[in-house]
Amino acid sequence: MRQVLGDRKTIAVLLAPALICYSLIMLAPMVWSLGYTLFSGNPIRGFSFAGLANFDTLLHDPKSGQALLFTIKYAVTVTIGQVVLGYLLALLYVFQLKRSSGLIRTLVFFPVVLPTVAVSLLFQKLFAIVPQDGPVNSLMNLFGAESINWFGGGGRAFLVIALMDIWRSMGFYGVLLYAGLVDISDDVIESARLDGAGGWRLARTVVLPLSRPVLISALIFSINGTLKVFDSIYALTGGGPGAQTSPLTLHMYRTAFAYGDYGYGATIALSLTICCLLVTVAVFRGSRQDPTA
Amino acid sequence: MRPIDRSSPGPGHRRWRGWRRTPIGLVVAVLLVIEVYPLLWLFLGSLKTQDEFLNRPTWALPVDWLNFDNYVQAWRSGVARDLVNSVLAVFPALAAIVLFGAAAGFALEIMVWKGRSGVLLVFLTGIMVPSQMILLPLFSVYFQTHLTGTLWPLILTYTATGLPLTVFMMATYCRSIPRELFEAATLDGASLLRAFWSIALPVLANAVFTVGLVQFFFLWNDLLIAMTFTAGSGHDELATVQVGLLSFQGRFGTVQYGPTMAAICVNVLITLALYLFCNQRVMKGMAAGAVKG
Repeated sequence: MRQVLGDRKTIAVLLAPALICYSLIMLAPMVWSLGYTLFSGNPIRGFSFAGLANFDTLLHDPKSGQALLFTIKYAVTVTIGQVVLGYLLALLYVFQLKRSSGLIRTLVFFPVVLPTVAVSLLFQKLFAIVPQDGPVNSLMNLFGAESINWFGGGGRAFLVIALMDIWRSMGFYGVLLYAGLVDISDDVIESARLDGAGGWRLARTVVLPLSRPVLISALIFSINGTLKVFDSIYALTGGGPGAQTSPLTLHMYRTAFAYGDYGYGATIALSLTICCLLVTVAVFRGSRQDPTA
Repeated sequence: MRPIDRSSPGPGHRRWRGWRRTPIGLVVAVLLVIEVYPLLWLFLGSLKTQDEFLNRPTWALPVDWLNFDNYVQAWRSGVARDLVNSVLAVFPALAAIVLFGAAAGFALEIMVWKGRSGVLLVFLTGIMVPSQMILLPLFSVYFQTHLTGTLWPLILTYTATGLPLTVFMMATYCRSIPRELFEAATLDGASLLRAFWSIALPVLANAVFTVGLVQFFFLWNDLLIAMTFTAGSGHDELATVQVGLLSFQGRFGTVQYGPTMAAICVNVLITLALYLFCNQRVMKGMAAGAVKG
């Protein structure tokens, strides 16, 4: 049997399509992109060797600094929002709604599957001020507040972006963490209750430590996704006003395709990849160091 | 939990419980309003005339519930063509992803050979690396091979970007197939290729469907890749649904709300309908595929 399962020809036939496709269209371009960082120019104009000039630009370009800061601000805010709200949702499903949580889970999950562009345009309308106040401004008027031009300032626009992405994905993290929480056996909870732990204390001393592994993975998934944010911000604000809501991804896109600088664009992409790698490793390490984990 | 409740009856306890129940009901109600109302508002808006947008409050119900003019206008301005493009780009890629991914997962998990864990790791790196890293070289290659101007760049790139996660998930699912099945097949004289096709694939049918569903949402909702290889290269006639929606917004958005809302609505309804049919599967599949950011 071992011989049959080790048949090289069969392995090659089964593995080849996926491996060839993946190598040619993902692996090779990754390496190629590394090469681009040493050049400036684009395929239409032609390339010229630039040495480490792109990296030098990266360090001194205020736009890149701003984009990096925005990426971090966005990733931290949205990750915390997604995971905390997702966790609260999961607690709600497991401990309050119990068996009847199916319908609520289904409903809260559904923004997850909606096209990002559609959700972004919807939020533009929800927070609109012209030609007519959207529901959010109308609601604020109802409470006596003035309508706000939500997309007129970087801070306000950031708030809408963060709200939107949390709205869109908290149902997902709810389901992800729910899957981890239902595994905590009823016996453990029961005995903790008998010992007199209730409500908040139960959550803090029993549920939280036990759901630690699944929380860590949720954190990794979330930060890995938020660092790469592009679609939602591009469709909602286009990075504006100015470039105040441009993350690294969007800055890279503009640099490469609007300004035609492939070399520098590839350098920004590389810095983004390094960010993703560092953060993932850091979160992973941090979670391992705890002796109770 | 139950026994404690029963063991401490009394009017005080009941009042406490009643007080505790209401906020949860309220929390759920608020949650549902936040998650569902925006979509309801979107749908109602798609039935309103321009006059209603300008002169009636934003939460007003549409005057004529059967006013589908906006849909007609949206349909005529390219939504139909965009839908065709999306279908033509997404489904071939989806078929390739699922077939190649299942074959590679089988080769990596069921078959026995040196270096298979290394190859799996190579596939896994593809999940973490942001797409920005591969866009520029791909753009050059597609440009030089004259594929730009067709849907091929989309199909190829979608296939490659979908593979890492699919291979990983398929390998995981393959782990649960009893090896005896393949031993029996071999004793009956079937080759392993045959065993893959007539045993593994049917056994994995559920998993294949789930993975396909998850990938469908990723590809259908993609903006970045579609924009780079269609809109970015000046081929508007190749726009997918998401790219089309964004430019639609540019053409109609600031002037006329109705058609844009109708176009968003069509886009939302397609994904929503699919989700409502297989919501449990989508939730499970997405949670299993959470490693993709």
